[in-house]
Amino acid sequence: MSPSVRLQEMIRVIRGARTQGEERGVIQRECAAIRAQFRQADNGTRSHNLAKLLYVHMLGYPAHFGQMECVRLIASPRYNEKRVGYLGAMMLLDEKQDASLLITNSIKNDLSHSSQYVQSLALCTLACMGSAEMCRDLAPEIDRLLRASNSYIKKKAALCAVHMVRKVPELGELFTPAARSLLSEKNHGVLHGAVVLITELCERNPDTLEQFRKAVPELVLMMKGLVMSGYSPEHNVAGISDPFLQVRILRLLRILGRNNDTASDAMNDLLAQVATNTDSSKTAGSAVLYETVLTVMDIKSESGLRVLAVNILGRFLLNNDRNIRYISMTSLQKIVQTDHNAVQRHRGTIVDCLKDQDASVKRRALELSLALVSAVNIRSLMKELLLFLSSCPPELRAHTTSGIFNAAERYAPSQRWHIDTILHVLTTAGGDVRDETVPNLIQLITTATELHCYTVHKLYRALITDISVQSLVQVACWCIGEYGDLLLRGECEETEPVQVTEDDVLDALETVLQSHMSSPATRGFALTATMKLSTRITHNVDRIRSIVSIYGSCIDVELQQRAVEYNALFKKYDHMRAAVLERMPVIDKSSPGHTNGESAGGTIKELEPAKLTQEIVLPQEPSNQVCDLLDLLGDSGEPFQPSPSLSSTAPGPASSTAGGDLLDLLGGLDVTPAPPSVTVYEKNGVTLKLQTDRQTDTGMTVTLTATNSTDGDITGLTLQAAVPKSVQLQMKAPSGDVIPAHGLGQVTQTVLLNNPNKVSLKIRVRVCYTSQSSVCQDTVQIDSFPSTAW
Amino acid sequence: MMHFLLLLSRQGKLRLQKWFTPVTEREKKKVIREMTLMVLACPPRSCNFLLWRDLKIVYKRYASLYFCCGLGDQDNELLTLEVLQRYVELLDQYFGNVCELDIIFNFEKAYFILDEFLVGGEILETSKTVVGIAMEEAETLQEVTHTHSHLSVTHLPKYLNMFLLFSQQTMEEYMSKPTY
Repeated sequence: MSPSVRLQEMIRVIRGARTQGEERGVIQRECAAIRAQFRQADNGTRSHNLAKLLYVHMLGYPAHFGQMECVRLIASPRYNEKRVGYLGAMMLLDEKQDASLLITNSIKNDLSHSSQYVQSLALCTLACMGSAEMCRDLAPEIDRLLRASNSYIKKKAALCAVHMVRKVPELGELFTPAARSLLSEKNHGVLHGAVVLITELCERNPDTLEQFRKAVPELVLMMKGLVMSGYSPEHNVAGISDPFLQVRILRLLRILGRNNDTASDAMNDLLAQVATNTDSSKTAGSAVLYETVLTVMDIKSESGLRVLAVNILGRFLLNNDRNIRYISMTSLQKIVQTDHNAVQRHRGTIVDCLKDQDASVKRRALELSLALVSAVNIRSLMKELLLFLSSCPPELRAHTTSGIFNAAERYAPSQRWHIDTILHVLTTAGGDVRDETVPNLIQLITTATELHCYTVHKLYRALITDISVQSLVQVACWCIGEYGDLLLRGECEETEPVQVTEDDVLDALETVLQSHMSSPATRGFALTATMKLSTRITHNVDRIRSIVSIYGSCIDVELQQRAVEYNALFKKYDHMRAAVLERMPVIDKSSPGHTNGESAGGTIKELEPAKLTQEIVLPQEPSNQVCDLLDLLGDSGEPFQPSPSLSSTAPGPASSTAGGDLLDLLGGLDVTPAPPSVTVYEKNGVTLKLQTDRQTDTGMTVTLTATNSTDGDITGLTLQAAVPKSVQLQMKAPSGDVIPAHGLGQVTQTVLLNNPNKVSLKIRVRVCYTSQSSVCQDTVQIDSFPSTAW
Repeated sequence: MMHFLLLLSRQGKLRLQKWFTPVTEREKKKVIREMTLMVLACPPRSCNFLLWRDLKIVYKRYASLYFCCGLGDQDNELLTLEVLQRYVELLDQYFGNVCELDIIFNFEKAYFILDEFLVGGEILETSKTVVGIAMEEAETLQEVTHTHSHLSVTHLPKYLNMFLLFSQQTMEEYMSKPTY
């Protein structure tokens, strides 16, 4: 019986097994037979037994006992045994196995074998699973083969060298000279291997990259030859001559031309030629065009060429083939930042791809659409994105919602639109939004003061329709709690008002409280909202009182705590209830402690009585950047809000001060540690002195004194101060806002500072005044304080 | 570079696996499982490119076999479709009207052909004739006769399902096999 039939016989038997168990039985028997055979002496069937074992291995059964047999077969002088042995080595051995080291010697011998087919077996195996040590050992051999052998071996040696360079990058230096000389070969296989090797060398070593830049003209010629050559039957694929080699050359040119003008110039013509002459009706041509476009975009190409490339991508975008459209969108994504307008032109087609059935195309279209959002197209694009969200596959939903939120935040044309958009997203895909959505939305609602009525109506309607989406329910509860009075009033300009009674509202909140769909956090929201309504409604306060007392014995500890505290508010602290539950101030986005939705309930406890201490954030700009002063005090773009107790007049219009002067001023600033009172500002006859007085371990009083040495009175004097984030600042009322002339009087203002974290104290003071009917505004920064401070 | 090449049957059985990076047995099984799930679930006429972990996956269906490979970041997906096409053509050139059964019963030949075409995750030879000649000469060296019909080297249209024409014998054989 011919041995190979035995292999096929075994395969037939295995395939004939009707159940998994039967198959396992057959395989176990066969493996036992194979193991027995392996133990025997050489009987001419070893290769077939190993082949059988490899088949079994492919089915997923363990075959590690064949490893040593591989080693033995590789060492055999017979070609058929070597062949199977090397195949087994590639399948069963990898560099992590110890047995792989044992074949190093065999490989070394086979590399110098007289038959090129034996050499090729060794080269192939080495390139597939050679470990770092093996590579280091055998690198000189490979280098020798790269130089002096026939083309069949040279191309294999080239790819073997590629593998070695990947494993041991230092070997790159060894192969560089040989790689250079390989470029003059004619054989396509060798050329391809050479280009791959050079690409690998250049990617790893910038010096080698420099060296190979000189080869750009040669590569350009090679490519031209391929593009312009006539029909070559051996390498022709759909009318393109050797697209595999063309693509690799283009890729190498990309690496060589990147960030280099001369190299890029040398290839401009070629790239234009390839771009115009390549027939893209079949995949081969499209592959070459695709690579060309990638290369054009990556090197320093001239603008005409870039336009050509973007047009090619645009053409691809209209192609019927999904693959081509996918490719086009992937490339457009890479250039959307740099060539934004060019990509914008194709926005319509890209948005249409959102409606494609295929998931990969949808994903690409989504990414690209989000990148194309701008202030101009936000409304129309958002419509499309929201439409997409209602039908998008579940794995893309989270990404879509966060993309929509980012876009809305950056380009919202109006607050109402912004709120509407977020609400739409919450109703459509509320389960897939990020956690910060709830507090962000609440913050947005509070800032849109004119829209409170509109918002609360909309949210109430959404709440009574569906209470399953937690984020929406949370926001709705919060709004009803805050603005319930607006809801009950029953009039609204922006939208059709609902006629609700207090009972309806309380019913809605109670439904949320009792529903098993509500998460604990949501129930907390609902309870707090119910409590807040006690000051906003008139008739059903008793109902609220009873709800609150019921939850005083709730099993959920958080709810229980809230209920008990609200109970206390009703009983012992009823006189404070109104103050505690009054309307919240606008939440400052950058202030800490307001980033967690959970704290929405907690903020009631944190509410301080009327005179709030404001935490003013110190911006990150260095002290000598004084261009736009309004940017100064508020890094998130929030306008500076002076606290009610601050100076009574508003700051004068911003006039950009000569940066030079101020720089000089700061340069001349001589804050010596010893004297407690320092002059921090002196200009136009106005002098501002600063005096520090340490009160407690963390508290300090700073007194600012302003004097005037000009002939005229200084009027409208205002002082504003900013300190680092963790420092608390409280400005007392100034003594006045007019500084009499000739130094006859002065204005003082006291600032209380509290520095619990003992950070290094800096204070930035903005001073505005009118002098001789011209308005002046300046800023000074004081970085070092007298050492008596702390 | 290509990270792996898998041939999966429509029933999810592995017919060929080639790994171009060192991967543990366990990891291999995991990858095969995930590829099987991903690729077999794709509806017909969908995009042939997928994203998985940090690799680009290119797959193409030929009759009852799914050819699936994982690419690195810089690789050209469209060209990889051509690579898969070329491999199928090489198999067809060697076996003559190749079908899945040929690959099942002669898997070691399929590997040998692959090794003449791809090495270390890169294309080795871009000419079909050269690969064909190399295979023939290796066979002669092996002194095992293997009957296969010689087909002239024609480039077949890429969207044609090449295996629609089964030879009579293999069809019968195929039909008599239990499906699982």
